[in-house]
Amino acid sequence: MNTIFDHKLAKGVGGLLPALDVPEQGIEKLIPSSLRRTHAPRIPNLSEPELVRHYTHLSKVNYGIDDGFYPLGSCTMKYNPKINEDLARLPGFANAHPLADEDLVQGSLKLLYEASRYLCRIAGLVEVTLQPAAGAHGELCGMFLVKRYFEKRGEEKRKRILLPDSAHGTNPSSATIAGFSVTEIPSGKDGMINLATLEEALDDTVAAIMLTVPNTLGIFEERILEVTNMVHAAGSLCYFDGANLNAFLGRARPGDMGADIFHFNLHKTLSAPHGGGGPGSGPIAVAQSLVDFLPVPRIVKDENRYRFDWNSPHSIGCIHSFYGNFGVILKAYAYLLLLGDTGLREVSENAVLNANYLQESLKQTYPLPYERLCKHEFVLSGKGLGEGISALDIAKRLIDYGFHPPTIYFPLIVPEALMIEPTECEGKETLDRFIEAMERIAAEAKENPRLLHEAPQYTPVRRLDQTRAARQPILTYPFDER
Amino acid sequence: MRYIANTGADRRAMLAAIGLSSLEELFHDIPQEVKDRFQPLELTVRSEMEVAQVLKELVTLNSCQQSSISFLGGGVYDHYIPSVVSHITSRSEFYTAYTPYQPELSQGTLTTMFEFQTLVCELTGMEVANASIYDGASALAEGVLMAKRIVGNGRVAAAQSLFPHYRRVLDTYCWAAGIKVIEIPYTNAGTCDLTALPQDLSSLVIQTPNAFGVIEELKGVKERLKDALLIVVTNPISLGILAPPGQFRADIVIGEGQPLGIPASFGGPFLGLFATRERYLRQMPGRLTAQTVDAEGKIGYTMAIQTREQHIRRERATSNICTNSQLCALAATVYLASLGADGLHELATLNLEKAHYLAQRITALPGYRLAFEAPFFNEFAVRVPTDPQAIRARLKEERILLDDPRFLSALGAPNTLRFAVTEKRTKDELDRLVELLEAM
Amino acid sequence: MTHPTQFRYTKEHEWVDLEGNHAKVGITEHAQGELGDIVFVELPTVGTDVKKGENLATVESIKAVGDVYAPMSGTVVEVNTQLESSPETINQDPHGAGWLVILEVSDPSEADSFLDAPSYEQYLSEG
Ligand SMILES: Cc1ncc(COP(=O)(O)O)c(C=O)c1O
Repeated sequence: MNTIFDHKLAKGVGGLLPALDVPEQGIEKLIPSSLRRTHAPRIPNLSEPELVRHYTHLSKVNYGIDDGFYPLGSCTMKYNPKINEDLARLPGFANAHPLADEDLVQGSLKLLYEASRYLCRIAGLVEVTLQPAAGAHGELCGMFLVKRYFEKRGEEKRKRILLPDSAHGTNPSSATIAGFSVTEIPSGKDGMINLATLEEALDDTVAAIMLTVPNTLGIFEERILEVTNMVHAAGSLCYFDGANLNAFLGRARPGDMGADIFHFNLHKTLSAPHGGGGPGSGPIAVAQSLVDFLPVPRIVKDENRYRFDWNSPHSIGCIHSFYGNFGVILKAYAYLLLLGDTGLREVSENAVLNANYLQESLKQTYPLPYERLCKHEFVLSGKGLGEGISALDIAKRLIDYGFHPPTIYFPLIVPEALMIEPTECEGKETLDRFIEAMERIAAEAKENPRLLHEAPQYTPVRRLDQTRAARQPILTYPFDER
Repeated sequence: MRYIANTGADRRAMLAAIGLSSLEELFHDIPQEVKDRFQPLELTVRSEMEVAQVLKELVTLNSCQQSSISFLGGGVYDHYIPSVVSHITSRSEFYTAYTPYQPELSQGTLTTMFEFQTLVCELTGMEVANASIYDGASALAEGVLMAKRIVGNGRVAAAQSLFPHYRRVLDTYCWAAGIKVIEIPYTNAGTCDLTALPQDLSSLVIQTPNAFGVIEELKGVKERLKDALLIVVTNPISLGILAPPGQFRADIVIGEGQPLGIPASFGGPFLGLFATRERYLRQMPGRLTAQTVDAEGKIGYTMAIQTREQHIRRERATSNICTNSQLCALAATVYLASLGADGLHELATLNLEKAHYLAQRITALPGYRLAFEAPFFNEFAVRVPTDPQAIRARLKEERILLDDPRFLSALGAPNTLRFAVTEKRTKDELDRLVELLEAM
Repeated sequence: MTHPTQFRYTKEHEWVDLEGNHAKVGITEHAQGELGDIVFVELPTVGTDVKKGENLATVESIKAVGDVYAPMSGTVVEVNTQLESSPETINQDPHGAGWLVILEVSDPSEADSFLDAPSYEQYLSEG
């Protein structure tokens, strides 16, 4: 793989910028030499065609949803409607400066306001902040709210956050960064929270429980109302990680399940693309008891005018430079308008149907540790498929069959986990091809395990030496060795 | 629905395979009580054309954006974005991919991450950079938390001349982490006043150019800090001309990457730049890509040192960040590559020269003078003879936009207006601004 | 037997080689195998006082972080600095050159409850 730095550092491309149209004074006069750069940064000067070819080539050694099936569990890799990309680029939106006067950006404000109203209703909660820039940022914001809530109530001793052992890594991490300690509660044999275990863990030092609904095994907590009631009875709050909202979109609301705080992943559920790692958007919706603590500014509507409201004395403050990832929120907003209520219902219907169809078809070949109706995703185990065969081997072999692998090694409670989320967008035809590939791989694992160990074979690079990357990390271009 | 491939026949066949007779049964595990309370959004399905219409009507409410002449800045700048940037970021192999967990299918993303890390290090003069944080402000908060982990002290000193939006985010994170923020005043010249620098700090945060546009003197600052880390917040475009903070022994360099080919987009998505020293690698937040070789010895890229991150280290991770700002990092990479070192220098020079031209013309007007004497880059603060709000309102009538002077008066600089000048402002526009001021 | 008979073992997969009040500590052949290729080791500084059960060192592979808990209370008197540049030594020779630290222990009798090699291997086979 070539980088731009493998190209010449030659000079003289130029022509990109307009000529200076004011009388030149010279850098030497304007900036004292002690403040000036003495060495130019090593950035090659490429011609535009060279540049375009370089990045076009790199795009071709990348795999996105537009390339094929992407059943990456917990990530909801659904199709990203093209129209949303065009709308986000409308110059009036793209060029709106965050510090412009409110009267100049009424369109952007109205969009944010309306998006937050829709999100409130989807969550079944009363207020939303759009500031968090991703799911984990939403969690952190939520944990800040929990902290402020107990601070105001004089219950600072509530310093613990309960988490099921199936929780995503961002949950414990967000809780700790907000200054809490984490208590893991083991999942029951059915993959759900055991009420007796929960009862035991709850006391007056618990601030909140962080739940993922459905959980990361793809199982809906059937006793969700009992769980949230118990938590509330103990004086604690319920945080819901909404990464899995796709499972019940258009048919149930976290607020009705007892959530006090719920985060959205607009880059999962509401179709904003993931961008190869981001940006995302992780708005959180809250119950009445937490509204006063939400970040500032809040966007309010007076008659027909939208404005920022900074006046919120108990607020936790700000967690983002401005108002959140507007460009991402816009795509989620457009998606809601495109789908409407019927469309949203069809999302969860097809997402759950697809997942159950795959689960049913694959459980003959792969161990399914928690066997029951799943929601939008399910978790198989790659254990016992063949001597020395790991989830990683299965994943890599799937690449040879033209599929993006599922999430592997998460959740941690399933050995050799393969977490599969087909989303609503895939049709039965694709699912059948995937099932066939998975079955063939299971057979290969027994008959010809080398095919798995040596996979992938047809990619631009083969398996990469991760150990070397960790022992002597090369994190920037080694100019000196050129 | 147009984003769903299953037909009615498919659904029936699949239900039969699962052994269910209706789609409703798929949801029998959700308590009936919960389902009964459900309320829809009351939104009808709309065609693509209709949705485009709704959004196009909304955008017309952003009244002034098209035809105005912007001198708005304060951390978000109106730079020209070459067409090539959005053409590359619009390639759906890039933008519809997830985080590169499977390197064999993600060499495109990973290679550009590696390029980005290298570019950030080249600009800042640092040794390692991550693949991005959400935005400049959250990157700063991460930097301060990192310094606390390294130094172990719960106090940070932050220059008063930080952009207010950085300070607000910093305050929130520090409140939660139990870190005390001590404010460091500025001198008459507009630079950080370190004469009474407190002791027992985990870090000192200085921004350059700062909220007044003033370039800070970083020389000798680190030497005064004992164990505390020096955190420098900077504008990447300014580094086309200015000495990189790494040269002054900064421990962490933070920046807002928006000026690097990313539209203002009402404040996001943006790009948090985060660079540090190799010795702090294990304490760094955020994703990293490393160069390695594949099973056949071919060079390739993969994520590395992931044991710092939440998916492995969980409650002891260096940060909770997962999704970052990758596509913006790609935009910044392509932007910088399209300029090259020479282009970046030329661009920074255009900004510098035009800003100084405007500053000199404005301060030649009676009653107008620079609020601070220290050198500046592309943004500067002017003390004005009359009510700054009135001046600003008058200019707005002519579709010339300036930052609200309240931001600066809140920082202790009353009767002051700030002007940000990029390569996009023409001499005619600058002259027109001066004429209008003169006529007031 | 892969686990040397002169060592004592903990259920946390550490070995202890106790001589007088000096205890050399490492992780077992079994532990290194579970972790996989070790890429990084974080050792305490010499002079640190540790209590039994406290975090003593961290051993990282690409995908996992292994905590090494102090098997006994005492003071760190020596650390294996060679591991900083070649952490793979733990994979290659976990019971020899891959040792982690030497503790001057405050109570040698804390070792009484440890497993001997046959019991440790028995423990592993039951695992
Ligand atoms: C269950 C769960 N929670 C939280 C997150 C974190 O979300 P984000 O990556 O948007 O920060 C993820 C995403 O990977 C997730 O799958």
